[in-house]
Amino acid sequence: MAFEYPETLKYLDSHEYARADEDEGMVTVGITAFAIDQLGDIVFLELPEIGDSLEKGEKFGTVESVKAVEELKSPVSGEVLERNEALIEAPEQIGDDPYGDGWLVKIKASDLEELDDTLTADEYKDQVGG
Amino acid sequence: MTLLQTPLYSACVEQKARMTEFAGWSMPVQFGGIKQEHQAVRDRAGLFDISHMGKFELRGPGVIAALQRLVPSNLERLKQGEAQYTVLLNPEGGIIDDLIVYLKSPPASATTNARLSDIETVTLIVNAATTDKDKTWLLDHLADTGIELVDESRDRALISIQGPAAAALLQPHTPHNLDVLGRFAHRDTALLGQLAWIARTGYTGEDGFEIMTDPDTALALWQMLTAEGVMPCGLGARDTLRLEAAMALYGQDIDDTTSPLESGLSWLVHLDEKGDFIGRSPLETQKAQGVSRRLVGLVMEGRHIARHGYPVLHQGDRVGTVTSGTLAPTLNLPIALAYVAAPLAKVGQPLEVEVRGEPRAARVVKRPFYRAK
Repeated sequence: MAFEYPETLKYLDSHEYARADEDEGMVTVGITAFAIDQLGDIVFLELPEIGDSLEKGEKFGTVESVKAVEELKSPVSGEVLERNEALIEAPEQIGDDPYGDGWLVKIKASDLEELDDTLTADEYKDQVGG
Repeated sequence: MTLLQTPLYSACVEQKARMTEFAGWSMPVQFGGIKQEHQAVRDRAGLFDISHMGKFELRGPGVIAALQRLVPSNLERLKQGEAQYTVLLNPEGGIIDDLIVYLKSPPASATTNARLSDIETVTLIVNAATTDKDKTWLLDHLADTGIELVDESRDRALISIQGPAAAALLQPHTPHNLDVLGRFAHRDTALLGQLAWIARTGYTGEDGFEIMTDPDTALALWQMLTAEGVMPCGLGARDTLRLEAAMALYGQDIDDTTSPLESGLSWLVHLDEKGDFIGRSPLETQKAQGVSRRLVGLVMEGRHIARHGYPVLHQGDRVGTVTSGTLAPTLNLPIALAYVAAPLAKVGQPLEVEVRGEPRAARVVKRPFYRAK
């Protein structure tokens, strides 16, 4: 099955994406359409509190499907500005719009250059087999 | 390692199943989605390929008497055409496997042949992962009895149709009146013009049938029923369905170290009705002294899901372990099975489950979590 991976986003091999807002120094994080499909019906989300500080590469939450629990990894270090409360209430809707309303957290990044080692859309696509 | 494929493998792949390795077999874990498949079985019907399960036919004089030595249930209760869910026990009273023992009717020729009429035929359906272990155990314990064990595990297909509409959907394909086939009853009959064996058993908490037949007939039945709109279902939905029905999964909720008296299976232990069997003595001791832990149903008070291996706590102290857990699709609640210290195994007992380092409130509830209307 072919999924969309917007060119404007940066990707982790652990299936998170990051949308950087250079002006605000802010990063929006979600998980890719591929990851959502692989997990199956998503039933539970655990996200950090606003104000929590995150470390690049460290766990910041969990996503659970009927079958499995997966950790969410942060693409940058920084402080949580917002979390998607609507999605916590209705996690099954994450697949409706993974790169839009399906966002998980917004992070005030300490250093946007931390995103330099992420994958491009094409690199990520190759990795998950198109 | 090359995975085994059931006769329905190609059909499942064509129907867009996501395949997974299970007990050495390549099996469908889901087709359209676990919740959707789960709901189809609760509302109407779903179709499962369970051809990976172990299938033994035992034939010879005194099959039931020989099996009586290996299980804690009184198989003498069985009449031809009936079945009993039971367990094979090791000498410590632990569970080697759980299985269904089906006592078959004699072949038509036997009624006119006095010598043949002593012959009993029994079908055993066992777990896929334990098929080889069970076979070795059975052969060791049936040696010198004159009983023949035929392993049909890889030659015959097994399809399960489950759900409130299962009987109505299966009936057009067999001349046998399914209305007269009661729960746990079974018989050899015809299906799509071929020989087949139909049992009214299952692993979902719904009415339903398990059908054993040759691979070609199984494939034809699968194609026909799915074309008629019966939803193909994978192992994912099979797991959530059985868990809502609080049916144990071997290797997860029960194993060689758990006794049936601990694991909520006391109802199949008939100590007063039968003589010696392997594991009897430890069960007698457990019954007299009481077991130290019991398998209970838990419902989480919040939305956190308890999973296999998570610690169960009581006022901060470790008192047990979760063996199975999921978000129950029908109930929309996180449910779990867990072993807990016997004094805490009371309906209504507040406990906690440690979810990723945090204690989360749970309470003991009556099993099953879900009961068909």
